[in-house]
Formats: sequence, C-alpha cells, structure tokens
Amino acid sequence: MSKTKITLFIASLFPTFGLIYALLTNQLGANPIEAITRETGLWALRFLWLTLLISPLIWLTGWNKLATLRRMLGLYVFFYALLHMLLYLWLDQFFDINEIIKDIIKRPFITIGFFTFTALIPLVITSNNRMVKRLGGKAWKKLHRLTYFIAIASSVHFYMLVKQDKTEPLFYIVLLVVLFGIRLYRYHKKHTTMASSLKLS
Amino acid sequence: MHIGKKRLGDDIVASEITDHQVYLNRRQFLNGSAVVATASLLPLSMAGAGSVPEPTFLDLKQSPLSSDDKLTTYDSVTTYNNFYEFGTDKASPALLATDFPDKSKPWRVTIEGECDKPGEYEYDDLIRPFTLEERIYRFRCVEGWSMVIPWVGFPLADLLKRAQPNSRAKYVEFTTLYDPEQMPGQSRKVLDWPYTEGLRIDEAMNPLTLLSVGLYGQELLGQNGAPIRLVVPWKYGFKSIKSIVNIRFVETMPNSAWMKAGPKEYGFYSNVNPDVDHPRWSQSRERRIGEFLKRKTELYNGYGEQVAHLYTDMDLTKNF
Repeated sequence: MSKTKITLFIASLFPTFGLIYALLTNQLGANPIEAITRETGLWALRFLWLTLLISPLIWLTGWNKLATLRRMLGLYVFFYALLHMLLYLWLDQFFDINEIIKDIIKRPFITIGFFTFTALIPLVITSNNRMVKRLGGKAWKKLHRLTYFIAIASSVHFYMLVKQDKTEPLFYIVLLVVLFGIRLYRYHKKHTTMASSLKLS
Repeated sequence: MHIGKKRLGDDIVASEITDHQVYLNRRQFLNGSAVVATASLLPLSMAGAGSVPEPTFLDLKQSPLSSDDKLTTYDSVTTYNNFYEFGTDKASPALLATDFPDKSKPWRVTIEGECDKPGEYEYDDLIRPFTLEERIYRFRCVEGWSMVIPWVGFPLADLLKRAQPNSRAKYVEFTTLYDPEQMPGQSRKVLDWPYTEGLRIDEAMNPLTLLSVGLYGQELLGQNGAPIRLVVPWKYGFKSIKSIVNIRFVETMPNSAWMKAGPKEYGFYSNVNPDVDHPRWSQSRERRIGEFLKRKTELYNGYGEQVAHLYTDMDLTKNF
C-alpha cells in the first residue's frame, strides 16, 4: 500500500475513534445511543459523497492517481453504514426479528435505509481486482452505477427521518445535485463535441 | 424579576434547610427504606444523580400525584431539550438560553377570551395566589425518548378558575413569547411563530395539568421554558408549551404550531399512545434517558386512571 493509502486508511477511522472517545468521556449528551446511531449514518453519507467527488476532482486536476483511493473510500461507506445498521438492529430493536421486519415494512424511511444498505453489498463483494477481471470492466462499471441510486436513496432516508428542520439533509442534497450536475454537464459536452466532430469528418 | 424570592425568606436558619443530598434521595425516604442505609449510600447515589444546584424553592408541598420512577438526572433535564426558539438540535437551547428571559424586562402574561375576569399580570402577581408543590411526572417526547422530572408548579385549573371562563370557553389556547432578539431560533421560520398550543377545557381543568415555574427545586432555566410553562404529562412533550405569555379561552378548537407544521403527523390531542404511530416512526416503545434498554410506552403515558375518562367514545386513531 502506498503512503497515501495508509494515511487515508487511518484518517478514515478518525470518526470512529472520535465517537468512542466522546462516548467514554460522556460528551455525546443525554442520549448517546441516538447520537452514535445518527453520527455513523452521517459518516456513511459523507464517505459516499467523497467517493462521488473523486471523478470530478480527476477531471479538474488531471491527477489520475486519485482513482486508486476511491475503492477505500467506498469500503468505508460500507463500514460506517454497517455500524449504523448494527446500532439500529441492536440498540433500537435489540435484535427482535419480528419488530425489525415490522419496522422495515411499515416505515418508509427504514424501508429505504434497509434497501440502501442491501444495495451496498454487491458493490463491496466486487471491490477487488479479481472481481473486476471476472466481471469485465464494462459489466463491473455498470454494476457500480448502483452508487448513484444509493446516494439518492440515502438522501431520501435522511430527509424523511428529520422531524422538522430539514436544513442538514438539504445541505447534503444540494452537494449531491452539484456532484450529479458536474457529471451531466461533462456527459452532455462529450456527446455534443463527439457529434460535431462526427459531422466534421 | 425575582422569581420565587418571596418564598425564600431571609429568616430561615441554615440548619432548617433540607440538605440537597437528602432532597435527591427523598424518594427512597418516602418509600420507607432505612434512613441510615440510605444515608450511607449518599455519595454513590450522588454520583448517579450528578450535581444539582442548591434549591431555591424550599417549602414545597409533595404531591400524591407524583410518580415513583427514578428521576432523570438534572444534567440531562437541563441539557437535552427541544425548544426550537433556541435552535432545532437538543444542545442549542442550553447554550443559547442562558440569559433568557431578560431579567430587565418584566414578564407579563395575558389571560383573555371567553371569560369574565380577563387580565394582564406580571409574573410575580400571577403566581402569588397559588401554593407551589412538587410533582414528579413522566415526560414522553413524540420522538420516542422520555424523562422523569420533578416539576415545581401549581394546577392550571387554579389559575383558570380565577379568570371565570364562561359557557363559550370550550378550549384554551396558549402562546409562547415572540421575540427573535431573545429567541434567536425564531429568526428562521422552522415553525409558524409564535408557538401556540391548545387544550380542551376539561383537559385544561384536569388535576394533572400543571403550570410549572421550576424543576429540581429551582426556578426554570431558559431552556426548560422559563419563567412559566405548561406540563401535560399524558400528552407528547410538545403539548407542554414553554415560556407562556398568553392564555386565551376560545370556543373553537385552536390550531397549534405543530398542527400547522404537519397536520397529518401532529393532531390536536397528541395523547401518548403506543398503538397510534407517528406516520414516520413507531410509538410503541421509548428510550428513557439514562437507560440502556428501551421500555414499552404506556397509553396516556401511564396516567389513564386520571385521564382515560376524557376520551371515552372517541376514536383515538382519528383524534390523534
């Protein structure tokens, strides 16, 4: 592993250590369980947004090496989402299967959260070179477009669970719109230039 | 404004003042455990209760309506608050309401509407006629957490009766102060300010309904709704409107701030009910602040004996 990768690996664990430290020093307020559940979910979202930032950064800077960091960021999305999910299953539902199934069926934001998490699993399984080879670049890329769906679904999940003040989820939604916008703009430009070059020839 | 100062009295000898550690463990005393045993446990239980400032209300009557549940710590009660007038997260109110209410401005409460004796009162005059008592109530938030809080106050009915409501007074509407300078959260339109709430007249007159001016033996802090707030223990916490400036008797059911914000999510009654879920989350269980496991939520927050009769023949799913 390169130095950059090791640094990123350790830096990405900071939120975990931060939360553990805050928990042990009683800094998470009167409802620490709610706080760690919320924070781990938020970090999953942040890491997802970071993975979506990699491509635009490469286009902007031309620094192709950034692409090698994307996989690790993506795996951290899963890591924090898994913590978030486990905290919900354990501290919210105490692994009561009946309650969990009822909750998933009945509550739209839980339903969405559950399927968003499930959608991460095929991406995690295929996040190694062997799987890229086995699937072939094209199919692998297609599969990993699921990321866009996951990003939209997690935004909806976040937006729906907030009681009244939607500022925070809206902030992340705006960032996502920008990240998507850059892609659309680039796609549009590529196709129009391609079309015009075709005409020229 | 000198809230409760008159109750303090300058002539109380120090030895007459109940040791505050004893105050914290008074429930054990009342429950009849051996005094010596309790006393020897003091340091331990103190650690559990956290620190509580010296009480300012000293001669409080204990209410038979009090709950025996273990008190939520003073620290949690005063730092984990929903008070959107001071920000929408739980920590903001304690940080932003430290100087609330502005002591240089008198706090006035208007009582008006369908009554024979309306009036405008300064805070001290408003509460002077009433005997303050301590009531330990369960408090259940619509978000699925709960606390047990030793309130200081008097029955709302005592105040309402003095205003002599007439036969058209079917409901009571309450309004919180609107002053964005003192309440920075009001500069953002998260809710339709000022915050309003309402009760049916029989709910308002129920002996459980309390006007609170303090908790843990002290005056209310800004974040808890100083200087005077409502406490309706069988309803979700948002019904217990804070920092009241207006009480109005009305003939038709008033619209509350939360009903306006989400008519499908927040009804007029908002009685605690494990079988009627919030459209977005379940209400069947709750996390008691300070406890690890969740507990089952009880119908009317466990106060059915006192209030169930108010809702006979009513469809609680429709009248949520």
